[in-house]
Amino acid sequence: MIHASQVTKQFGSDGKGVTALQEVSLAIGEGEFVSLLGPSGCGKSTFLRCLAGIETATSGNLLIDGQPISGPPDRLGMAFQRDALLDWYDVLDNVLLPADFGGKRKRDYEPRARELLAMAGLSAFVHSYPRALSGGMRQRVAMCRSLLLDPRLLLMDEPFGALDALTRDQLNVDLHHLTQQRNMTAVFVTHSISEAVFLSTRVVVFSPRPGRVVEDISIDLPRERRLAVRESKEFGHYARHIRGLFEKMGLIHE
Amino acid sequence: MNDLAAFIRNSLQRSFAPLAGAVAFLAIWEVACRVFSIRPVLLPSPIAVFGEILASPLWFVEQTGYTLGITLAGFAAAVVFGVLFAIVIVEWKLLERLLFPLFVALNSVPKVALAPLFIIWFGVGDTPKIAIAFLIAVFAVVIDTALGLRSVPPDIVDLARTMRGSRLKVLLRVKLFCAMPHLFAGLKVAMSLALVGAIVGEFVSSQRGLGYVILSAQGMFDTTRVFAAIAILAIVGVALIEAVAVIERVVMPWHHSAERQGH
Repeated sequence: MIHASQVTKQFGSDGKGVTALQEVSLAIGEGEFVSLLGPSGCGKSTFLRCLAGIETATSGNLLIDGQPISGPPDRLGMAFQRDALLDWYDVLDNVLLPADFGGKRKRDYEPRARELLAMAGLSAFVHSYPRALSGGMRQRVAMCRSLLLDPRLLLMDEPFGALDALTRDQLNVDLHHLTQQRNMTAVFVTHSISEAVFLSTRVVVFSPRPGRVVEDISIDLPRERRLAVRESKEFGHYARHIRGLFEKMGLIHE
Repeated sequence: MNDLAAFIRNSLQRSFAPLAGAVAFLAIWEVACRVFSIRPVLLPSPIAVFGEILASPLWFVEQTGYTLGITLAGFAAAVVFGVLFAIVIVEWKLLERLLFPLFVALNSVPKVALAPLFIIWFGVGDTPKIAIAFLIAVFAVVIDTALGLRSVPPDIVDLARTMRGSRLKVLLRVKLFCAMPHLFAGLKVAMSLALVGAIVGEFVSSQRGLGYVILSAQGMFDTTRVFAAIAILAIVGVALIEAVAVIERVVMPWHHSAERQGH
């Protein structure tokens, strides 16, 4: 579905500019859940923004369904590190925003919005303003919003980065359920090893700036996952292997 | 109904400190007038000023009503034109470069200097006074609305782009709401400036209004009446700003109520 070859992104003019991505080549197939894992500032978010069509690559080819990306692709869902909820709308209207912006009738999508909110355990907060919600709840609302129009492609930019560990675990489980039910392709940016391994069918490890693909690891765990999978031998093996990569890059010292 | 009762109790509690401040100020003033036996033509005592108003209350109400009408008309025109102008210059960069310097230049001209011109153009009726109130008030509305329209957080700009919303949708659903807190800050400034504008207009030519009262009383060295008009102006000014604040709370329930509810 996604084909990236030799994608390079440079900010600023030549010489003085910063190279965020260097010759990244990557193919992502239909229905995969791919995590882009790496330290802060390694260009993984930039890559995601190129996929979303809100940033353009300096050079290289970036194709979706064989077409070069020019602007946000069709049926795209996106979630951001800060939840980007609109404070002036209640939870339901926030979730319905993609329908409204897409020029569709909001009423037609209300059942779907309520269903998503129910799955996220937010039925009681449908008419609350975002300000009254906790960080985890807000991020769940943002997740529901990105799923409203049944996206083919779901892009998430460190959506749980600002949450405490417990809430983060819960949201990992929720996200896993929500994405499992629909056949969608997901690209998930994170710097948490266990989050990446838990959620993904594939983990792509990036190097520090300039961002390059260090290793592309298929995660061969059961498709239906529970938190307990993190205590399994296989899970530990993957996590250790990735931590080893980080050590080799000099990102972790002991 | 409970909400209303709580709201009134809340407002009373909140207005206690400012009221106490005003009363203390007036008491010191009254005492000073008596102790130093200041001549009323220089500084009348608060009780004398209050008595002046009570002597002809209906007449004062009429004058106040006229000035209030001019102020609100000028303010309303400033809000409508100011918000539209801010939207135009924020949405079309070319128009901003074309019109904004001109607008700033116009604003730099003292409005009092324009007042005689307005009388030539619009005669001596209400129109020139409303025009002056409008001109003085509009700048604050434009500046604050434009600032607000540009204050959309980057994440929300990205979100809007990924949802491929039309520019109109982005304006109506996102930018205008982001602008509201700034807009209301501007409206409070604009409201007090519109009142200033109305008085300036009445100074230049009028047979009615608090500005006229001040000017004609001054001509007769009736300092008490001048102070009566100034006192009413001060109260009207506070009431108008408070009215904007009340509208602000009603229009932006997400902005204030949530804070009091807590988490």
